[in-house]
Amino acid sequence: MSEIADKVKKIVVEHLGVEESKVTPEASFIDDLGADSLDTVELVMAFEEAFSVEIPEDAAEKIATVKDAIDYIEKQKAA
Amino acid sequence: MGIVSPLGLGLEHNWSRLIAGESGIGRIASFDPSDLPAHVAGEVPAGPTEAGCLTLSDWVPVKDQKKMDRFIHLGLVAATEAVEDSGWKPESEEDRCRTGVMIGSGIGGLQTIYDASITVHEGRARRLSPFFIPSALINLVSGHVSIKYGFKGPNHSVVTACASGVHAIGDASRLIMLGDADVMVAGGAEAAVCPLGIAGFSSARALSTAFNAEPEKASRPWDRDRDGFVMGEGAGIVVLEEYEHAKARGAKIYGEIIGYGMSGDAYHITAPAEGHEGAYRAMQAAVRSAGIAVSDIGYVNAHGTSTMADDLELQAVERLFGDAASQVAMSSTKSAIGHLLGAAGAVEAIFSILAIRDNVAPPTLNLDNPSTESAIDRVAHEAQRRKIDIALSNSFGFGGTNASIIVRGV
Repeated sequence: MSEIADKVKKIVVEHLGVEESKVTPEASFIDDLGADSLDTVELVMAFEEAFSVEIPEDAAEKIATVKDAIDYIEKQKAA
Repeated sequence: MGIVSPLGLGLEHNWSRLIAGESGIGRIASFDPSDLPAHVAGEVPAGPTEAGCLTLSDWVPVKDQKKMDRFIHLGLVAATEAVEDSGWKPESEEDRCRTGVMIGSGIGGLQTIYDASITVHEGRARRLSPFFIPSALINLVSGHVSIKYGFKGPNHSVVTACASGVHAIGDASRLIMLGDADVMVAGGAEAAVCPLGIAGFSSARALSTAFNAEPEKASRPWDRDRDGFVMGEGAGIVVLEEYEHAKARGAKIYGEIIGYGMSGDAYHITAPAEGHEGAYRAMQAAVRSAGIAVSDIGYVNAHGTSTMADDLELQAVERLFGDAASQVAMSSTKSAIGHLLGAAGAVEAIFSILAIRDNVAPPTLNLDNPSTESAIDRVAHEAQRRKIDIALSNSFGFGGTNASIIVRGV
């Protein structure tokens, strides 16, 4: 697993208070990890802060799973 | 009923420490108060639940804690104790819709607002937590309690500074009388022991500063050496229920709210009017609504904040009782827990009910030399065993708002 994926997972565990084993790439923040709409806003902010990236609102709306987040951040970092 | 206060966690734990004459006041521990004029406060002790201390994660899941200011945490703790104690767990939709919540606060999420202000000031507005607003809003204690238990009746709150707790309980009882609900979870919660809260009340010259080296002596209602109030934090919550409704389900009934009175001073933003005539009218209205004689009241839990206003309240109570003044006991439990602002009235109403239950008047600590003599026994230093059938509790707030509530045993 990449360094980014590791860090994303850690942030998700910390913010949503879920067990690490549940944070799989396919896990949906809302459907599988018990987040509500405000939680997801906060998560995106935490990603922005941790990775020093800007995630515009329209992009944030498309981040529904752990993998979505990892992919988006990896793309930004590679650019 | 549920209490979390500087004396600790839990109704009976608080009551037994209060009756034993113990104090919950100390040097401020949650931050360094050295730069501020006042160094003392009543803070809820952190520690194991079984020791009567607060371990927040036992009450509010860790992931939810950051979504709420501390006043909501404390409100949830006391509400949980109260609801569990009441045994009221409505299962039908109809019963849930007949159960409401009205929990007030004087200040709300002050520390949360402070922290958020800094975030914005530093140019990080886009990093502001989406939970900032719901964390700071005063009515969110009621909101969280309703969500936790599924109470779908009236969801309301009260903001009348230091009278919030009594207003919440009084207004909630009126909602039951008016038929809006059968059960109301009511009370107050406050957590303003933070730099901004202490600095703000210090600027208003309201806090004690002369006893920074002897914190337990700082809250001394009616004593000649008093020099301001001591801020406390905590929450007091009761479950109010229509009498026949409670009786029909065999509920544990601590007491009955029989009178409630309110008034406004129309005088000054922080100082009470001469003779505390607004307090007199609130007490008078409460006595009238109770349909009792003042001489039936055996105990008064005074607002008694340890400020100059103590003697004005005393004058108003003396005027109310007239010839019966020598028969009544009046104490200020703020001497032990400090002034819980918007939670004060609720915690003190609960103490009043327990005073009736156990026929004990809790003490006024540190009342070494009363600044004014009075026929009213102010229960200096030690609790008094005496027959108490009916009790009155006073709360007055900035803005010139006054509320009195009268309770009776069942």
